[in-house]
Amino acid sequence: MAKHETPLLDQLESGPWPSFVSDLKQEAAARAKNEKNIEYQVPVDVVEDLLGVLELSFKDGTTHWKHGGIVGVFGYGGGVIGRYCDQPETFPGVAHFHTMRVNQPAGKFYKTDFLKNLCDLWEFRGSGLTNMHGSTGDIVLLGTTTPQLEEIFYELTHKYNQDLGGSGSNLRTPADCIGQARCEYACYDTQDLCHTLTQEYQDELHRPAFPYKFKFKFDGCPNCCVASIARSDMSFIGTWKDDIRIDQDAVKGYVNGDFKPNAGAHAGRDWGAFDIQKEVIDLCPTECMKYEDGKLAINNKECTRCMHCINVMPRALRPGKETGCSILVGAKAPILDGAQMGSLLVPFVEVNKENDYEAIKEVIEAVWDWWMEEGKNRERLGELMKRQGFQKLLEATGIKPVPQHVQEPRHNPYIFWKEEEVEGGWDRDINEFRKHHKR
Amino acid sequence: MELEEAKEKIVEALNKKAKTKSKFYFNDLSKILELKPREAKKLISKLVEDEVLVYWSSGSTTMYGLKGAGKQAAAEHED
Ligand code: HEM
Ligand code: HEM
Ligand code: SF4
Ligand code: SF4
Repeated sequence: MAKHETPLLDQLESGPWPSFVSDLKQEAAARAKNEKNIEYQVPVDVVEDLLGVLELSFKDGTTHWKHGGIVGVFGYGGGVIGRYCDQPETFPGVAHFHTMRVNQPAGKFYKTDFLKNLCDLWEFRGSGLTNMHGSTGDIVLLGTTTPQLEEIFYELTHKYNQDLGGSGSNLRTPADCIGQARCEYACYDTQDLCHTLTQEYQDELHRPAFPYKFKFKFDGCPNCCVASIARSDMSFIGTWKDDIRIDQDAVKGYVNGDFKPNAGAHAGRDWGAFDIQKEVIDLCPTECMKYEDGKLAINNKECTRCMHCINVMPRALRPGKETGCSILVGAKAPILDGAQMGSLLVPFVEVNKENDYEAIKEVIEAVWDWWMEEGKNRERLGELMKRQGFQKLLEATGIKPVPQHVQEPRHNPYIFWKEEEVEGGWDRDINEFRKHHKR
Repeated sequence: MELEEAKEKIVEALNKKAKTKSKFYFNDLSKILELKPREAKKLISKLVEDEVLVYWSSGSTTMYGLKGAGKQAAAEHED
């Protein structure tokens, strides 16, 4: 018998999709039964009370959570998000219901024993509810009490060699696509770059001193599987400088129907025979391809690396060999308003392990210096870029303007010169002037 | 700037405003210290380590306060 009646939540279970309400009920029942005889460190009915308070919120049309608090583990300014219920008498199980963010491994590679241990730890010292992986990318452990925080942190770091992630005004847990581990499109080693920068910027990650949150995300190619272009203040997207590699025989193979286009994806329906003109050439956004006399030609100067042709014919086409990444800045994705995609700052930079990613760190640190000094409280990088202008960002990073930075024709007809750009500067000799111009 | 001096400046400035405010942005603190953010951060992190200051976080924004000042569980707009 459920502790609280939840008719509004029950209704959510009637839809066609699996419901988080069913998951919550399942965990509530498992805790009540406690078949594994766990010595629960947070109230056994935490999940019951979570269901109860959520039902009440639906009824009242308002939240019953308080946002934030002075919770955390010693020395860290992030990783723990304080949540308190404003109805603690009715729902004592969730009086404290803090979220912990755990830094997921690069590429999200796990061994099952790690996951088991993590779940066991969370059943013992938390609510048992997790969110694998939050929109930030981290392992999100939902719901524990203040006294448990240090205990959990100790076990994570000492037993499982596992750190907390970021929250608040700091560098958030960096996230990357699976990259070269499994994906042949990857133009650089996303996992190594993600891991290296996570280690390098530990101070930025754990001791918040930025105006607001800051996110890094790493995609091995423009397919952008972690959506870095939309979700990170700074995104690193794999790209190449030279030509798309073409295997003409394999192109013919696709045309003749020997290979399934899109590696067999979208095969749930009969789309008819593969038509290279209609499905590839005509869909190239820059119209830089042609297929004539059984030969595919690409005008690589015009190609924007959209990945479409490569995705359709992966056996025949591959990214070039001279690979690196583009850096885009200023994306943000608040739910209510102001979502914005990244703007291209660095069209191409080498991703070089040998010199410890020197060229990339240089850009990162210049951007941070600018934003830390000029950014207002709670102003994301993308907002500062809009407020002060892209040109200021170029000056701050010492990057020369190039055509790739231009998004649209200018809408301001004036050109404002700086003094150092004008021969003789602004000063004039007033006596010289008076010689020719009377008062 | 020495740590002691930074501590005095911060404690004095924050106590002065204690009636109306218990939480401050990082920028407010670096302004009190009249230092660039990176320089200020070293001192402010040390003050947190010494438990003079504590972090307060909404989850998305971090603020700083004197240890013991303000409420443990308070929303951003409640203060
Ligand atoms: C119908 C119910 C729910 C919906 C539609 C929903 C939707 C969402 C969405 C859209 C996000 C991403 C927000 C963003 O960062 O852009 C999110 C994140 C999150 N949700 Fe939910 N949610 C629901 C229920 C819950 C419940 C019951 C909990 C906790 C008990 C929860 C905890 C979280 C947390 C902690 C995150 C942040 C994860 C992270 O990115 O680190 N959500 N949710
Ligand atoms: C009406 C109810 C709520 C409102 C209006 C609300 C609003 C917000 C807003 C504006 C943010 C910042 C989003 C951003 O990152 O830009 C946020 C973040 C968050 N909220 Fe809430 N929230 C609500 C309920 C909850 C509840 C019930 C929980 C957990 C039990 C929760 C957990 C979180 C977490 C974990 C974050 C993520 C912080 C981060 O991304 O750094 N929120 N919420
Ligand atoms: S972003 Fe590109 S490289 Fe990374 S997993 Fe996706 S397709 Fe592969
Ligand atoms: S990657 Fe995109 S832009 Fe480049 S040739 Fe292929 S379809 Fe055209």
